[in-house]
Amino acid sequence: MIHALTLILACQLAGEALTRLFGWPAPGPVLGMALLFVLMLASGRVAALVQPTGEGILRHLSLLFVPAGVGVVGHLQQLGTYGAGFALVLIVSTVLALAVGAGAFVIVARLTGNRDKSDA
Amino acid sequence: MREFAEIWSYLAASPLIWLTATLIAYVIGDTLAQAAGRAPLANPVLIAVILLAALLWLTRTSYATYFEGAQFVHFLLGPATVALAIPLWQQRHAVRRAFLPICAALLAGSVTAVLSALAIGHALGLSPQLLATLAPKSTTAPVALGISQSLGGSPTLTAVLVILTGMIGAIVVTPLMNALRIRDWRARGFAVGVAAHGIGTARAFQVNPQAGAFAGIGMALNAMLTAFLAPWVLGLFQ
Repeated sequence: MIHALTLILACQLAGEALTRLFGWPAPGPVLGMALLFVLMLASGRVAALVQPTGEGILRHLSLLFVPAGVGVVGHLQQLGTYGAGFALVLIVSTVLALAVGAGAFVIVARLTGNRDKSDA
Repeated sequence: MREFAEIWSYLAASPLIWLTATLIAYVIGDTLAQAAGRAPLANPVLIAVILLAALLWLTRTSYATYFEGAQFVHFLLGPATVALAIPLWQQRHAVRRAFLPICAALLAGSVTAVLSALAIGHALGLSPQLLATLAPKSTTAPVALGISQSLGGSPTLTAVLVILTGMIGAIVVTPLMNALRIRDWRARGFAVGVAAHGIGTARAFQVNPQAGAFAGIGMALNAMLTAFLAPWVLGLFQ
């Protein structure tokens, strides 16, 4: 477990260092994710090593948003002022993104003859 | 009661009490969500946030004091983001088999999520700081907070908008896809992972295992794409 945790933190650290070095707009951990993915593809041993620990962290992923979410106490006034606007933005944008994303998947799957195997 | 006041003033100044309170609030939220059959409206994070916000208000504790304890949980967001590589790796064969539809749906869904949110927000006259806060709302929370911060938004407000987006996606996805007559589980799952991150993914797993697996792929790929896309799309509105 300690080896897996070390590897995950090392990927994050490398990601943080690289985004700052090259001035990339992406957060460091996102680059760390890409780095870990490449390492897992390259080595089956790495993949076997990080899976149990990584899955343990991901199992309680939603707990990790709680501290940031509690920060809403400092934004109650803003939420009150812009509440209706935010609600409109979130609902319309989420419905559009769902419809366009699923539509694009289905159309390209049909054009390229990429069938869903479970359909047959 | 003087003793209680003394104990309280000691405990309230230590990180332990707010770290423990965060975990207790989450356990309560998770238990209630389970009791409600994991209905999208009974979100454990939302319940925990409401409980903790009420507790801070009742005890007149500042967010800064609370965060001294809660930061230990918050710190794990970074390693958790890195660990999202694991489900992506586990689904690598499914990704290769449906490579072109995945690329098309990722690009279309991700651009629509950011562009439509910013266009409507801009039309409603939201400030540039609020637009930056809103831009990563479809991205999984750990990544969304990082994007919001690097764009000059408010990460704490982003966290709340991300959770609300996930709940909306989880509620509307099934009736919307049925109305559009989209029956491919891969398309339905992938779209909800891109538009509504982990909460949408959890919903997809309840409906169909294949939809759940594709939702997880959509969430991880969208996190990477939005990190590069959001600054660029935001630039169109400034």
